[in-house]
Amino acid sequence: MAADDRSGMLKEAGLAALVAFALAFGLVGFKTEDVPGGLAIVLRFGDVAMIAGLAFVGRLALALLRRGRPRPALSMALPFAIVMLILLLAEEVPLPAADWGRFLPFASPVVNWLIFIAAFAIAGRAGWTLWCESAAPGTEERHRIMGRIGARARRTARVLGPIIFVVALVLPLFPFADRRILDIAILVLTYIMLGWGLNIVVGLAGLLDLGYVAFYAVGAYSYALLATYFGLGFWICLPFAGVMAAFAGILLGFPVLRLRGDYLAIVTLGFGEMVRIILLNWYEFTNGPDGISGIPRPTFFGLAFQRTAPEGVETFHSFFGLAYSPIDRIIFLYYLILILALITNLFTLRIRKLPVGRAWEALREDEIASRSLGINPRNTKLTAFAIGAMFAGFGGSFFATRQGFISPESFTFIESAVILSIVVLGGFGSQIGVVLAAVLLIGMPEFFRELHQFRMLAFGAAMVLIMVWRPAGLLAHREPTIRLDGGGRSAAAGQ
Amino acid sequence: MSSMLRVSGIHTFYGNVEALRGVDLEVNKGEIVTLIGANGAGKSTLLMTVCGNPRAARGRVVFDGVDITGMETHAIVRLGIAQAPEGRRIFPRMTVIENLQMGAIASDPEYFDEDVERIFGQFPILKERRDQRGGTLSGGEQQMLAIARAMMSRPRLLLLDEPSLGLAPKLVKQIFAVIKEINEQRNVTVFLVEQNAYHALKLAGRGYVMANGRILLSGASSELLANKQVRAAYLEGGH
Repeated sequence: MAADDRSGMLKEAGLAALVAFALAFGLVGFKTEDVPGGLAIVLRFGDVAMIAGLAFVGRLALALLRRGRPRPALSMALPFAIVMLILLLAEEVPLPAADWGRFLPFASPVVNWLIFIAAFAIAGRAGWTLWCESAAPGTEERHRIMGRIGARARRTARVLGPIIFVVALVLPLFPFADRRILDIAILVLTYIMLGWGLNIVVGLAGLLDLGYVAFYAVGAYSYALLATYFGLGFWICLPFAGVMAAFAGILLGFPVLRLRGDYLAIVTLGFGEMVRIILLNWYEFTNGPDGISGIPRPTFFGLAFQRTAPEGVETFHSFFGLAYSPIDRIIFLYYLILILALITNLFTLRIRKLPVGRAWEALREDEIASRSLGINPRNTKLTAFAIGAMFAGFGGSFFATRQGFISPESFTFIESAVILSIVVLGGFGSQIGVVLAAVLLIGMPEFFRELHQFRMLAFGAAMVLIMVWRPAGLLAHREPTIRLDGGGRSAAAGQ
Repeated sequence: MSSMLRVSGIHTFYGNVEALRGVDLEVNKGEIVTLIGANGAGKSTLLMTVCGNPRAARGRVVFDGVDITGMETHAIVRLGIAQAPEGRRIFPRMTVIENLQMGAIASDPEYFDEDVERIFGQFPILKERRDQRGGTLSGGEQQMLAIARAMMSRPRLLLLDEPSLGLAPKLVKQIFAVIKEINEQRNVTVFLVEQNAYHALKLAGRGYVMANGRILLSGASSELLANKQVRAAYLEGGH
């Protein structure tokens, strides 16, 4: 190994350690803790040192890999990964007379697992390179590899869709599907549905909408107000909430017809805020910041999910002769949102093949060309806004009935941003990509809840990683809506 | 012969700039008429004014007896005018067959298969490329696709804006041969805007010469080809 090469690598690793130290010093080094009589600052410089050390070692291994020296990288990473795994497993199954956990670098199991995964990934990469006896991939190579993985993923997407569907269908039947898992699943499905709805506006019609949550709010408040003022049930209000949201979509659509790109984004953002502020300030009607509580729960064809039903209503468990179980209602909500999401998906898949759906895509590609083909841009855009908003409205009324309580706080800009992130990270217009992105973006922060305030840091890191590896989204690929007898595929395969 | 397109006294502005200064022009049914002129003469503006974008400030555009002066582009197009716009403007991320489908979006889907078959007969290369994305086609193929897409709406009048732009001479010949074929076999009236004056006048029966937003000359192609002024301005020095 050349001397300058070695010093270069050490410098690189040292720099990484320095950056890690600088970040960790502030973020991890000091922690406030509640003690009797106020807050106390707990110093965690041991953790800071550990972070800097791990950053140094990890970066060194990566540098070795990048310079085509997989052997030393492997000899560093593999023993480390194995030791980590043994310690982690030993802690999971507590062995007598030994506190193995104290040898682990951090107190949080999730962080330890992440470190193990990183070490394992480096070891795997090094091993793979040795196996292939070729140099570690450069940037170009990596793009090609990721592109190939993407292409394979697209091929498997056909299979992946049905698999995910079946898993989603039987999820509540699994023994591990407790209330917490189902709640996360319901949340993820809600965002999948919203992602699919926004995908119509952003992915298909190409209209960047930063105020999508406004329609979600309109749907939620439509149901909540109708239910509390007039005592209407969920099933009657559901279509009505969709209609109201679609109407709001048209209302937004008219003034922004001529706007495009950044300008459109700004106006839609403003619209989203307007709706939220109206809900906040129209106290007599919406109850303002206090929100609306006591929103009725949905019924199963008139059967209530309660232990004892009010007069004149039969309960689900008594009708079917079952013992009462509170999880019945959760499972029912799960299937309800699953069906709503699937309707959104099937609708989108179908409408893409109809003239209006094709007109959306044409408009996204080239508005001038679309007009010269006889597409009416005004009606086309308005239908996109209206239909996208309608699904948000359905989602909103589901949200209201699930929570039982809504307030303007649930409909802030950050919600729009998250839904848009799901669409963007999934790859514009990709249905299965939205599912993956929603699982990642919504499911993962729930999974990482143990990390407390660093949860959002992990979220950000995941976003950065996706943008580095798949800059156009997880599954950025537009499936043609028409093929003639499957011929001529080889020519298109490269795309 | 009855009139298919009549443009009378058209003035069009871009802001304060008067791009068309009173243009009169007529295309009869079944004809191929060409409009030649230098860069910036207002040729494309005229074509776009016919399609309603930008609107004419003064004057009238009549298509087959219908006044279309104030109508919106998509409504005009649905009357039976098809346009292969400047710069081709095919949909790059859509496949060839999807592009053709977009061309037929405003018309009866019943004829789709038949029309696709006929177009593949005229442009065999498009049949080979039917599942390839538009953006990956060569310039000539894209131009063929633009014309093919325009033809998918079964128009009575076809407006072409510089179909020869950026193409090799051999391809220009091929494209012009197809335009002739469309005109003769499908009985489609063609209004062709071109800088390539020689080929355009060879193809068309009549021609107009435009400069600075006005029609300078008009007449049968053979006359224009023989005209000293035209020869000096547009034909000499290679075509």
